[in-house]
Amino acid sequence: MSTIRPGIDSVARRRIQRVREGVIEWALRTCAFAAVAGLLLIILFVFREALPILRDPATQKEASLAGFFATPLWQPVGDVPKYGLVPLLLGTLKVVVVAMLFATPLAVLAAVFSSEFASPRLREALKPVIEILAGIPSVVMGFFALMVLASWLQAVTGSSMRLNALNAGIALGLGVIPTVFTVAEDALRAVPKSYREASLALGASPWQTAWTVSLPAASAGVGAGVLLGLARAVGETMIVLMASGNAAITSATVFDSVRTLSASIAAELAEVVVGSPHYSVLFFLGALLFLVTFVINVVAGVFVERLRRRLAGA
Amino acid sequence: MKRLLLSSLVAIATLGTAPASHAGRPIAVKGSDTMVILGQRWAEQYMNQVPGQIVMVTGGGSGTGIAALINGTTDICQSSRPMKSDEKLKLRDRYQTLGQEIAVAKDGLSVYLAESNPVQQLSLDQLRAIYQGQVTNWKQVGGKDATIVLYGRENSSGTYVFFKDNVLGGRDFSPRVQTLPGTAAVVNAVAKDPNGIGYGGAAYAKGVRDCGIKKDAKSPAILPTAATVKDGSYPLWRHLYFYLRKKPEGDTKKFVDWVLSPAGQQIVIQVGYFPL
Repeated sequence: MSTIRPGIDSVARRRIQRVREGVIEWALRTCAFAAVAGLLLIILFVFREALPILRDPATQKEASLAGFFATPLWQPVGDVPKYGLVPLLLGTLKVVVVAMLFATPLAVLAAVFSSEFASPRLREALKPVIEILAGIPSVVMGFFALMVLASWLQAVTGSSMRLNALNAGIALGLGVIPTVFTVAEDALRAVPKSYREASLALGASPWQTAWTVSLPAASAGVGAGVLLGLARAVGETMIVLMASGNAAITSATVFDSVRTLSASIAAELAEVVVGSPHYSVLFFLGALLFLVTFVINVVAGVFVERLRRRLAGA
Repeated sequence: MKRLLLSSLVAIATLGTAPASHAGRPIAVKGSDTMVILGQRWAEQYMNQVPGQIVMVTGGGSGTGIAALINGTTDICQSSRPMKSDEKLKLRDRYQTLGQEIAVAKDGLSVYLAESNPVQQLSLDQLRAIYQGQVTNWKQVGGKDATIVLYGRENSSGTYVFFKDNVLGGRDFSPRVQTLPGTAAVVNAVAKDPNGIGYGGAAYAKGVRDCGIKKDAKSPAILPTAATVKDGSYPLWRHLYFYLRKKPEGDTKKFVDWVLSPAGQQIVIQVGYFPL
């Protein structure tokens, strides 16, 4: 139809198109800024609610930065509330270390297999299946750890506590694997083919090529994957809430039950008196978690950028 | 959370089906997770009997309910613990009342043991020593030689506070108490753990055995039953409360009166708690 009278119509059409483009751009811009604004407001809110710990004398009498390390007990409800962060920090550390020790080798080696050894057809099957793991709701993973994994582990290790750091850590590791795998696999796939060909042409075996050429070339990306997995592990809540037993014990063994920062917030915030010291402490924990994951994410971003530049420069 | 969602769905469904003839406002009920099922049964029955009256019940926890009462977003707050003094102060600041406390049911607190545990009874002193971590082996209280594994509720729950005040005399729990989300989780954990001990509402005691409780070393062991909770011979029981901002009136008063009536108290028994 438009081809019949091209003259005037095309000008009008171009104008309409320009307006439409403008509207679309404006709408997209609004969406982008709404997301950013939402994020900023959340950050602002969390930090504002945590502020009484640093500023309000009445709150500080009950809970202060010094007080967090003055007692090894986390007993926030009672006549004399005790907000000792040591067992929570230690608990988070234990679970995260177990999770990363479990997930990193599995995920990285799976990524090496998928990108270096698997036939294209196998890879097409393998990658989505591992990534489906990421789609399993963490509450389901936690439920599995609570009901099944904990019993297996108790039968194997003979620990007196059924729910412990090992159990929660392994379940958490299962949740972290897809994150590490996906990023590491993408990084390995991005290594230029010429690297591998050069290595193979020099007589290296496929395994030597993968281990000494591809993996080092992609190391920044693999590192970024591990860091993103770490950030997820630190913040993950539901799995540890269900699988760790949530007892705030200060000990060095992974066979004791642990209470993590994230699980404490999830378990306690629902019933806390709004504005009370306990409420501020929980928001302080939230701010702490936020800072830790934020720093990890930034470092991971730097790694990815470095990888991109290294491969682009090659 | 799931229960909360479910109850809101129930509330929405009833909104859709309620005849528009009744002029009254819906009554909002919010609070304790322990009481949410009880509240829903009351609401269902009451809405059957008084067509057009809408009663919306949601959970979230006793503290959440009290906060909602203070903020004016609920008419009735269900709570499994008495209101704290700072909460009362907030209520007074806003409404110049200290709130209205109405006991609506009794709840016996069970101490659960695994079916296979030979221990049948514990005195309150023994229970306190166990939960404070002074007694750590079952053989110290007449059981087999095995480490006691402690389970309890989260410190946000009214049940936790009740146990702390009434069994531990306000002193701290041992840090080795594993706290689980919800009484059902505690029951499940003890059922799976032959050396476990846990506590929670009597309504949930399935798959585990209730432990007989002795007031002191010489008194007889009492199991939580309707009779022993009602006459107070079982030592671990508490009231479940409704809280209102002021004396109930109008539709709200009718609902509260009905809850306290024999018909309302019958539902208390059906849900597994104990009548007043």
